[in-house]
Parts: sequence; structure tokens; C-alpha cells
Amino acid sequence: MQEHDVSWVRTEMVLAEAAPRSQAGFGAWFRKNLFATPIDAALTVLALLALAWAVPQILNWAFFSAQWTGADRSACLTVAQGGSHPDGWSGACWAFVSAKFGQFMFGRYPIEERWRVILTGILFVALLAPLLIPRAPYKGLNAILFFGLFPFVAFFLLVGGFFGLPYVETSLWGGLLVTLVLSYVGIVVSLPLGIILALGRRSHMPAVKLLSVIFIETVRGVPLVTVLFMASFMLPLFAPPGVTFDKLLRALIGVALFASAYMAEVVRGGLQAIPKGQYEGADSLGLGYWQKMGLIIMPQALKLVIPGIVNTFIGMFKDTTLVLIISMFDLLGIVKQNLADANWATPQTAKTGLVFAGFVFWIFCFSMSRYSMYMERRLDTGLRR
Amino acid sequence: MKNTLKVVLGAAALGLMASVASAGTLEDVKAKGFVQCGVNTALAGFSAPDDKGNWTGLDVDFCRAVAAAIFGDGNKVKFTPLSAKDRFTALQSGEVDLLSRNTTWTIQRDTALGLNFAGVTYYDGQGFMVNAKKLPGVNSALQLSGASVCVQSGTTTELNLADYFKANNLEYNPVVFEKVEEANAAYDSGRCDAYTTDQSGLYAIRLTLAAPDDHVVLPEIISKEPLGPSVRQGDDKWFDIVKWTYYALLTAEELGITQANVDEMKNSASPEIKRVLGVEAETKIGTDLGLDNDWVVKIVKATGNYGEIFERNVGSGSPLKIARGLNGLWTKGGLQYAMPIR
Repeated sequence: MQEHDVSWVRTEMVLAEAAPRSQAGFGAWFRKNLFATPIDAALTVLALLALAWAVPQILNWAFFSAQWTGADRSACLTVAQGGSHPDGWSGACWAFVSAKFGQFMFGRYPIEERWRVILTGILFVALLAPLLIPRAPYKGLNAILFFGLFPFVAFFLLVGGFFGLPYVETSLWGGLLVTLVLSYVGIVVSLPLGIILALGRRSHMPAVKLLSVIFIETVRGVPLVTVLFMASFMLPLFAPPGVTFDKLLRALIGVALFASAYMAEVVRGGLQAIPKGQYEGADSLGLGYWQKMGLIIMPQALKLVIPGIVNTFIGMFKDTTLVLIISMFDLLGIVKQNLADANWATPQTAKTGLVFAGFVFWIFCFSMSRYSMYMERRLDTGLRR
Repeated sequence: MKNTLKVVLGAAALGLMASVASAGTLEDVKAKGFVQCGVNTALAGFSAPDDKGNWTGLDVDFCRAVAAAIFGDGNKVKFTPLSAKDRFTALQSGEVDLLSRNTTWTIQRDTALGLNFAGVTYYDGQGFMVNAKKLPGVNSALQLSGASVCVQSGTTTELNLADYFKANNLEYNPVVFEKVEEANAAYDSGRCDAYTTDQSGLYAIRLTLAAPDDHVVLPEIISKEPLGPSVRQGDDKWFDIVKWTYYALLTAEELGITQANVDEMKNSASPEIKRVLGVEAETKIGTDLGLDNDWVVKIVKATGNYGEIFERNVGSGSPLKIARGLNGLWTKGGLQYAMPIR
């Protein structure tokens, strides 16, 4: 054996050199991301110019020039229009939104009963938040409370007529309340019903399969607007005189069934992505149908289609504005209705009201979207890239 | 209001419904304790929510007047907001007792649709608005030769416009928009010289223009749009109550009975006022109608007379500032004429 002289072998690691100046730091980031090619550079410059043109105007309109307080339209008018702002003034009329805020949230729900809506909202958030936080304990109990008990509590609180609570008819409901009630019911009904329909469509039992296919294809083949319109226009004609169906109930059923059909197809997409080996593996373990689906197939399939599911939820949340067709006033509907109030008719009112409605919708849709991305990352255990 | 398709649909619907209209609306209303009134979902001055969410407007106040005539309380009314499409179905199916939703009185609606119009609470008609700064000196629609006119598509407004200009041998460029908001924005930005829609609508749109004082509504009215409340055919008693509520509002204005002075007026020496207010001895006017004899007092206390309702909602007391014009009393050059209460 020959002895080696090891004195030239380094005993400690060489420290990494700092990256070349052309590859690191601010300048490099700019070059790489914004000015990599002449086309990139041109686009960057154009985008910056567009931002420089738009952002100050938007900020100025929405904040710096905006009118925040006022009792009627005169607060949001220029001198030429009969108000006090200088001519050429353009700013948001937030005074309109603040004067109508109660209506935008609750519709015509009686003012002295609005605490019931607020209480329902607090319960909703209190039950939903721990459900959404993965580390929070007692998930099972929480889910039972949220999906099983909460709908009944909310029903008693909102509708009333029990335990000394005055009855509030649903024709008085409106604004964000209606939007959220429709969305909540749509989501809570459509996910389980959609899963069952998806399983039914892939079932080997002819009757179950046929019924599921008929339901899904019929509902998907008709626009929601048509169904709502028929429900409000034709149904009263066929019903015996004096019998009226609650409009909110009609809308709830329509929206929930619609979302279920779309959800079924999303879930079916997930089921199709599961390799046959998973089914066979489950079978070889001796699991029954529901065990197989519940323990092996569904967890994988649903995880795959989270973007599709949330997409359906967001679509449905925005579709709730269609209830305007049957003269129910969701958030957008009640904003538009209040635009007809001559006491607030100004050139700025319509813009402000619609921007407000858009912003509220955006908050809800954006949070749903962000939460779904978080869940995707968390559950993406097998296929992380 | 103006689409033949809707009318055909409505007529088809009514074929199905002809038998449903039941007698005894007044008894039904008294039993349930309120009048169910169909109003517009949102129309400035006619039916719109105030800051607290209460319904206000000329059509809304008429509903309150009917409720007051029956119950003595203008708040014993529930409102059903109705779109142009579902208003007739709602009335025919019994969902509402009374339709007070800026509906034009036409023979087709009176006969084929099976409605009974109780009167004309607002004489509307299609008119023109122009920018006086842009077109100085224009004070008649006949001077609009060669003008571009903003108009909403698919309405009779568009047809009336064509007819009017053709009949007067005038040239014009229609600038057609699908939605009313688009038409407003286009007019405000100066894309058209003139804007045409119903006159009450022109006044409402003017409020949202950048410089409302630059715009004038021309005096010509080129179509008849008499708007009034309607009920189902086949219940004459209920029809009478709605009809005479309207006449009572007009009569009160004619006699100078207002919300403020109605109680003093009961002591008036005038036999006519005494008769109308039901303080004449052994009067049966109210009870013959199926109401109490002081029904006019109740109406005026709840809503004021017709003039007060008009000024409060669309006239000088409102931002719309519509002149009485055709809606003035017949004694003052208008068309509002009440049948005598005696």
C-alpha cells in the first residue's frame, strides 16, 4: 500500500463566490425579467407608460378627489350642476355608498331586525374560519356544525317566526345577504350532490347511470336565466290561484341544481385521471364500494380537481346576480336599483355604485381563489413539481 | 312597455289564466290586511328606494293612496317589484292586487290582456333633449333636420322617431344603442346632437349629465304614453275603488284640500267639500264604494292630493323638476279631470 501525501487536499469547502455582477442584484433582475429582448423592453416601457397614465387617475378618482360624506346628491355635484365642487371635478361619490350601505348589505330587511343577519354572519365566520385553518382541532365536529347545524340556525334566525322573533319575508331580503345565502346553499348542496352524480355517471348500474346522465345533460343544456325566468313567469300561471312559491326558494333550488350538474362533471374529470391500478388495489384489499371511493379514489380525485371545483364556486357566486331576472335584488341588483333614486342622481353615482359592487365581488372571489391555491400546495403531496 | 313580443307572450299567458281572476279582491285585501301592489323595479320619480330602503315615487304613492282608502293607513301595502316582462302575469295570476308600474294604456292591453285601467296618473310621451350649447337656438324638434339622435334599440321609441322625422320630411341619423346606460354615456360625450326617450326619462337622465343646465327638453311630444294603474278585469268593485281613489286625489287638489288642511276642511262651509270629505249628513258615497265615508280624508292624510304627490316625487319638490304640463288640472290647462264625487 502506498502512502499518500494528503497535504494538498483541502480540508474545508471553498466558499461560493458571489454571482457575477451581470447575474445578480437589481440590475440583473431588471435585465432578465423586463428587458431581456427588444420586444420585452418595448412591452415593459408600454406597460409602465400605461400604468403611469392610469394609476394616478384611478387613485385620484377613488381617493383624493372623492366625496366621502353628504346627505344627498348635491354633495357630489359640480358648481354647474348645482353643487359645490369646481367645474370639471370627477371623483367617487362614496357618500352615496355610505348612505345606502345598509341596503347594499341587507336589502329591505327591517332595520330593527338586522342584528339577526349580523349574528348569522358572525356564526358563519366563527364556524368557517377554523374549518379553513388546517391546524385547528376538532375538524369533524366543526364540519358537522357548519354543514349540518348552521343551515337550520341560520334559517330560524333569518326567517324568524319562532321563539318570539318576528317573521321576515324573503321578499325583503336583498343585497349581500341574498348573494351569500344563494352562494352558501349552492356550495353546500352542489359539492356532495355533484360527487354523487359523478359517481352515478360512472356507475355500472344502468338505471343509476341513465338518471345521472339525464340530469346532468338536461341541466347543463339549459341556461340558468331560462330556468329562473320560467320559474318566475310560467310557474304562477300553472299553480292554483293563491298559491305562491317563495321567489328566494325558487332561485335557491335553481342555483343549487345548476351548480351540482357542473360540479358533477368537474369531479368526473378527477375520477377519470385516477389509474385503474388504484381501483384494483382497493379491490384487492377487500374494500367495499363506498370504502374504496371514500378512502382511496375520492381523496386523490378531488385533490386533482381543486382548481375546477373552486372555478365552479366562483362562477356560481357571480351567477347569483342573475336573480335580478326574477326581481330579487342581490348586491348588484340593489346597487342598480338605488341608482334610480333621484335624490342621488349625479354623473358620479353610477360609477361609484358599480365600482363598489365590483370590489365586493372581487374580495370574495379573490379570497376563494387564493385559499384554493393554498390548499392545492398543501395537498399536492404526490405530484409536487 | 313597448315590445310586441312581450305583449304576445303576455297574451298567450292570459289565455291560460282567463279563469283565475276571482271576484272579491276587496274582501281578499281586507282579510289579509294589506294591498299587494306591483311597481317598477327602479324608475326615478316613479318607484325607487330612499336611503332607508322605503319605496318612494308617484306610482308608489298611488298604491299607498289605495291602501289608505281601504285601511286608513298608507303603510298597509306591500310592494312587488316587477320587470316589464312579468308585470302582466303577476297581475293576472293574483300575485299582485294592483299594478301601478308606469304602464301605457293601450286598447290591446285593455282588451286582449284583460286589464282595466283606472285612469292616467301620468301623461307621458316621447320627447327630445338637446345640448343647447352645441345647438344654440334650437327650441323645437322641427329644427332637428340632419341631426344625429341617440336612441335605444328594439323599442317603440325607435319606431316613433322614424315616423316623426318621415312625417315631417326631415333627415336624421339614428345612433342606436342596446342599453340605456350606453345611450346616456354616448349622448353625454357629445356623440349625438339629440336624445330621445319618454319625457319623464329625459328629465331623469338629465340629472346624470356632466352639465345638466346645458341641456333642454324640447316641448314636442311625438307619442302618447298615458301611464296609469290597472287591475284585473272581472272585479268591478275593486276596479271602482282604484278608479275613485284616483279621482279623489284629483278632486282634493281641485278643491284645495291638502295633507296639511284636510282636518280644517271638514268644517268648510262648501257643500261640495263636505260631500267629498264625507261629513255631509246621511252620506252614502263611501259605503256605496265598499269603504268608510271618510275615505277621501284618509287618502289625503296619507299621501296628500294629486298635486302634492306629483310635486314631491317628480315635480318641483324633487330633483327631477318636471313641469306639470299635461298633468296639470283641466282648470289649469292640463288634462287631469276628475269625474264628480256626488
